[in-house]
Amino acid sequence: MNPGKIFLAAFLVNNIILMRFIGLCPFFGVSTSVNTSIGMSAAVLFVMLLAAWVSWILYHAILLPLGLVFLRTAVFILVIATLVQFVEMFLKRYVRHLYSAMGIYLPLITTNCAILAVTFFNIDYKFNILQGTVFALGTALGFALAIILFSAIRERLEDAPISPAFKGYPIAFIGAALVSLAFMGFTALFGIS
Amino acid sequence: MKKDKPSRLSYLTSGIIKENPILILMIGLCPTLATTVSARDGLGMGLAASFVLISSNVVISAVRKLVPDSVRIPIFIVIISTFVTIIDYLMQAYQPGLYRVLGVFVPLIVVNCIILGRAEAFASKHGIVDSFLDGLGKSIGFTLVLFIMGALRELFGNGTIFGQPALPSFYRATPMLFALLPPGAFFLIGILKALVNKTALSGGKKK
Repeated sequence: MNPGKIFLAAFLVNNIILMRFIGLCPFFGVSTSVNTSIGMSAAVLFVMLLAAWVSWILYHAILLPLGLVFLRTAVFILVIATLVQFVEMFLKRYVRHLYSAMGIYLPLITTNCAILAVTFFNIDYKFNILQGTVFALGTALGFALAIILFSAIRERLEDAPISPAFKGYPIAFIGAALVSLAFMGFTALFGIS
Repeated sequence: MKKDKPSRLSYLTSGIIKENPILILMIGLCPTLATTVSARDGLGMGLAASFVLISSNVVISAVRKLVPDSVRIPIFIVIISTFVTIIDYLMQAYQPGLYRVLGVFVPLIVVNCIILGRAEAFASKHGIVDSFLDGLGKSIGFTLVLFIMGALRELFGNGTIFGQPALPSFYRATPMLFALLPPGAFFLIGILKALVNKTALSGGKKK
């Protein structure tokens, strides 16, 4: 598959949140304002690319030659957890302004299933490292698009008159259903399924 | 009067309704929405996650005194991912059809917040029997919601339950496909959560 198609598929057609239902916890958890959504998206983009590279290299250089493929789940989740800690320490020490922008979102990312899912997809789809990078980039930008669009809607919902039973999560789910319905319009865009 | 220690039975029952992981605590949403296209898929996913939750709860509770506090999270993750790998390979071998449908969501059980949450909040502080009961109760609550979601989506979207015709044939000829698509899943859980809120609100008024 060519990189352009991989990017569009990950970005719009198979949007990680709205079409694949991966990464819903941060989607509902931090989408209460546009600013936090942008911070979270930046952190996801950063860690997702790093995780995609590190896991791809580990899998092809160590797990596959040694026949340890069954350790994949354990290795990937530990690598991501360590990586997040390491990135947090590195940013805190050397890149202060980046740390202040996305520092508080980094610990949350360890349990963000979107990151782990991308490392699995890269293996399952037999991507090479360039395709894997493009896929991770598209997925992270798709995550950002969905969460930022959605947080703008939620900011307006705050003041809307809503029946008490629907306040909070239920109306957020209904809103997500409508955004997801809009994304269904991208199905089969440029023949991508 | 001194409050009694919560009874063992309450560990089991609280997870089913009062502290239902999905509808009350709102965690573990990804598999709830993604894998509930039919009653069978929802039930299968629920049972797979239940196996991991109960086993890891028991093992973590058994080793809780040996684990140094500062590295407990990585150790919990290793224990959980061991059980995830076991169920992953078991399903590939014995339920290949179901495994193909659930796909990446089986290995993703490892980042299900319910499991790490129970390990951290309960199993690392309580005995083996209590942790088993807690895991069992939360598993029943989780599986129940997945099953209800799966059954409703299959009923509306396909007119069947477990593949058996459940609605008249004129409905099955033109079913409400919306229920099977991703927006339908968001919509249905929104309605379910609103019903739960409604029950909680009217229950509060009576007192």
